[in-house]
Amino acid sequence: MEQLDLIPHLFRTEYRKIVAVLCRRFGFQDMETAEDIASETFLTATQSWGIEGVPANPAGWLYNVAKNKAKNHLHRNAIFQEKILPEIITNASDFEEMDIDLSPQNINDSQLQMMFAVCHPAISTESQIGLSLRILCGFGIQEIADAFQTGKDTINKRLLRAKEKLREEKITIELPAPGDIEDRLEPVLTTIYLLFNEGYYSVSKNETLRKELCLEAMRLCTMLIENKLTNKPQVNALLSLMCFHASRFAARLDGDGELVLYDEQDTNLWNTDLISKGGYFLHCAAGGDRLSRYHLEAGIAYWHTQKADTNEKWESILQYYNRLLQIQYMPIAALNRTYALSKAKGKGVAIKEAVKLGLTDNHFYYLLLGELYSGIDNKAAQQHFEKALSMAKTESEKRAIQKKIEYSRYSPR
Amino acid sequence: MDEYIIFMRLDLLTKDAQPSPEQMQDYMKQYQDWVGGIAAQNKFSGGKGLSVEGKVLKYGDVVTDGPFVEIKESIAGFIIVKAASLEEATELASACPILNGPGNSVEIRKISALHQQQ
Repeated sequence: MEQLDLIPHLFRTEYRKIVAVLCRRFGFQDMETAEDIASETFLTATQSWGIEGVPANPAGWLYNVAKNKAKNHLHRNAIFQEKILPEIITNASDFEEMDIDLSPQNINDSQLQMMFAVCHPAISTESQIGLSLRILCGFGIQEIADAFQTGKDTINKRLLRAKEKLREEKITIELPAPGDIEDRLEPVLTTIYLLFNEGYYSVSKNETLRKELCLEAMRLCTMLIENKLTNKPQVNALLSLMCFHASRFAARLDGDGELVLYDEQDTNLWNTDLISKGGYFLHCAAGGDRLSRYHLEAGIAYWHTQKADTNEKWESILQYYNRLLQIQYMPIAALNRTYALSKAKGKGVAIKEAVKLGLTDNHFYYLLLGELYSGIDNKAAQQHFEKALSMAKTESEKRAIQKKIEYSRYSPR
Repeated sequence: MDEYIIFMRLDLLTKDAQPSPEQMQDYMKQYQDWVGGIAAQNKFSGGKGLSVEGKVLKYGDVVTDGPFVEIKESIAGFIIVKAASLEEATELASACPILNGPGNSVEIRKISALHQQQ
């Protein structure tokens, strides 16, 4: 195997660590230099390992090269400053300051601090996710563009603007004060959750990339849990939620990469290991007196990992959706709540509430109505499915709706 | 859209009228289903339940403990909804499950902009 596989792998795991440490050392002013040095390090590795073979400790080798490149940069910088500002005299202590600390502890601290800096409310959510993918997850520009279903130029521009903004606002790379943690965690968790959703719900056909996005989100969340300062109940709730969702990763796509609806999934493909992990973190989330949206969503996700179609299951899901919608209205939550209502209290009750939702620009609304009318008024059901079909955005959605139409046409009554 | 406050009044004090813990759990579910239905229409603005602990101050330095009890029913809580008209707000309020109890009532009032938020 060797370096052909090894270098991309190391790039994925080590690039972000080197960038985080160097960025923190240089500040956002010199962020591009940090990225350049990290990239050059891998270029050097490719050249050198091709001739001399892979060293015994590849990661350590990379750190050493990055360290030397960074020191050279700082040194050059110092000399440059010395020349234009002759009153500054370099002495021994300056060289001490130039040490680049790539110890596991400092790598971890730097990544955590970067997380808070990159998820700063001063920049747009899209940019936060983009920067996180680049800086915290080591994604290539093309991969980020694929994840956002857009071009490399758009992403490059977006990242450039975001970096400028971070400089303008003089955002420092550090952990927030303990008193500010709760507030500053909010956008960090939002970014992590969006990152996860990007992978979980994106229409991209690239399954490997999608899975990778989800795993990265879970990794970042785990880092927050591993740090005492940021190990808060809502962080555990978010990780729990992501574990529960991720447990269905294998079951929700068929051999052709088509989406398999929850009801039709092979439950044997559900990952029990992730389900128990989800349970563990949900348990850890129980402390504190604040019920976050992640707690409620984790509760909903927990019940979705329960295979038995009981009344208790749907009553519980309904109650969580009731609470979730009071914290934050989301059309998809309103639709899912109404579906849970139909499972808990019957289709008649649910139809009455469904018609009040008024989400007439949302094709999932018509899908829900079609579902609710199935078996009650199949003609109405069919009309709603047809409407959903005419509004559906992707081919795979259209195929799934088409199946529903066929089914309702030939089902009894 | 305007905001309307829905006050819920029920008998909080008569011992015999108080629900058992099991009943209470069931009532809370019904209540959450009602509010959840309003929130699913994106018409929920906020709300709070109230403890029976309280004070009433009146003209002439009169201070009494507990909620206002000139009538048997006192305010148990309120929610604020978004609605296009008083009629719509009344329609939302009409499904409030506390109306299943005799003597209970809800009162719907339009919120006027006396304390404008910044």
